[in-house]
Amino acid sequence: MRKTNNPAELAEIAKRVRREIVTMITAAQSGHPGGALSSVEILVTLYFDVLKHDPENPDWPQRDRFVMGKGHACPVLYAVMAECGYTPLDQLNTLRQMGSIYQGHPDVRFIPSLEASTGSLGQGLSVGLGMACAARLDKSPSRSYVVLGDGEIQEGQIWEAAMFGAFHKMDNCVCIVDANRIQLDGFVEDIMAVEPLVEKWRSFGWHTIDVDGHSIPDLQRAFGEAEAMKGKPTCLVARTVKGKGVSFMEDNPKFHGVAPTKEECEKALKELA
Amino acid sequence: MATKTKFQVTPGPATREAFGKALVELGRVNPDIVVCDADLSKSTHTHLFAKEFPERFFSCGIAEANMIAIGAGLASSGKIPFASSFSAFAMNKGFEQLRVTVAYPNVNLKVVGTHSGISIGEDGPSQMSIEDLSLACSLPGFSVLSPADAVSMTWAIHATAAHQGPVFVRGGRAKAPVIYAPDQKFEWGKAIELAEGADVALIATGLLVAESLLAADILEAEGISASVVDILSIKPLDQDAIVKAASTGAIVVAEEHLSDCGLGVRVAQVVAQTSPCVMEFVGLSTYAESGTPDGLLDKYGLRASNVVEAARRAVARKRS
Repeated sequence: MRKTNNPAELAEIAKRVRREIVTMITAAQSGHPGGALSSVEILVTLYFDVLKHDPENPDWPQRDRFVMGKGHACPVLYAVMAECGYTPLDQLNTLRQMGSIYQGHPDVRFIPSLEASTGSLGQGLSVGLGMACAARLDKSPSRSYVVLGDGEIQEGQIWEAAMFGAFHKMDNCVCIVDANRIQLDGFVEDIMAVEPLVEKWRSFGWHTIDVDGHSIPDLQRAFGEAEAMKGKPTCLVARTVKGKGVSFMEDNPKFHGVAPTKEECEKALKELA
Repeated sequence: MATKTKFQVTPGPATREAFGKALVELGRVNPDIVVCDADLSKSTHTHLFAKEFPERFFSCGIAEANMIAIGAGLASSGKIPFASSFSAFAMNKGFEQLRVTVAYPNVNLKVVGTHSGISIGEDGPSQMSIEDLSLACSLPGFSVLSPADAVSMTWAIHATAAHQGPVFVRGGRAKAPVIYAPDQKFEWGKAIELAEGADVALIATGLLVAESLLAADILEAEGISASVVDILSIKPLDQDAIVKAASTGAIVVAEEHLSDCGLGVRVAQVVAQTSPCVMEFVGLSTYAESGTPDGLLDKYGLRASNVVEAARRAVARKRS
């Protein structure tokens, strides 16, 4: 794979990834488009610029680790990993079919280069922190990156992990809260409000950065700041739009977990052309 | 090892003490051994490891769910983590994490639950793990060990570290009667026949092994010849040992655990599939209460006398 820090090139990849997400979920006729589309820039910036990794050598011990806490948004992870060369691009449309490596939620039994099986919300941050602990013991430069949903952080385990990360000064761990403001049943603020996000994470002892989660240059700067931060883990509160890039999915709770029809898919692909 | 000498109860170290010491021995020879604890290190005896290897000891606070998943992350990066707490907390509060981040991706995490059963005594039912074997056995890929004394616990911890795959080891709080000589040899997945007998087989685990040895002596005096089998490995279960036990035509299974979801039903499954015979069960049917360990074992029917009664019933049914 060819990494790049050129925002324009990264934006091109992001556009391709969005098309792949919409296409594969339409093919599956089930899945979670909204939260996949909201975290496209986060994952593209990580995999194509920030992460030290090698798809040719996925077991490289000193690689950075990525954990998709919000496992239901896996179509974005599958598209990005396929774009990197970890997995076949031409099988993305087998998403959610029996026997497909692209399972409904990330499953290391089917894709060994995934770092963790996720899907039950709230566990990914702990796993990423555990990996960061191992890296520290090994004096490895490996860093852990964990993407969480803003609904996901309603899970109590997240705050157990947040305490752990700050207490153990895990400055080699970054969590990114994809704050798209919507969860399955509606708007986060109506189901179980989680704001003020920045103040919450700061009071738990994390370095926090409030960032536009769709601005690649802003994300690049934030990841750089996180890497420079010593003695504390960093939380990026990434302000995003659920369904980003597809007009009728944006900010629409319906598209948390409903697949587009074929007609909707065509319309979406035109917008993403 | 067949023996016809009478079993004498000699109190030995608690299995939790043996666990703590074994961890330190392992830590000295294997730098990948790490320990996660949830504010019970003085009770589980992982404080011994923490003292000698502070950099490899991860204090998680009173947060078992996080502890299990931290351990999963450590294991995924090549460490051999032992996550330890009271069994009631590790298994019940950490169960969902054990299911999704450990069993399902088959992560090499070791969970040691101490203070299992009702013999913890005065602390009462909230701290008494009487369903942990059932929970652990319900996780595909997990191995489940339930040592009866300090010698077998020491072996179990070393074997667990060497085994590739997730393991649950059940330990206790109380002093454990000595069952084994220090040089006893064990094998992964194998039961140990402690006494041979022709009329009934007493299959037991944990503290009930000593009670079953006592029961065998009482039965012998009544003219009933009882074998005694220690099921150190609940999963995998030693099928050959159970088939041999079934050849007596009568089996009693005894455990400090809920009777309708523990060792007994697992043995019954093997018996039903291989060699049906009469079976009786000694175990718990509900939550206990505060009390002395001895008083509770008496009241809740986990004594040699209860095993004897069950064996008499089994033999009578077999003969009827």
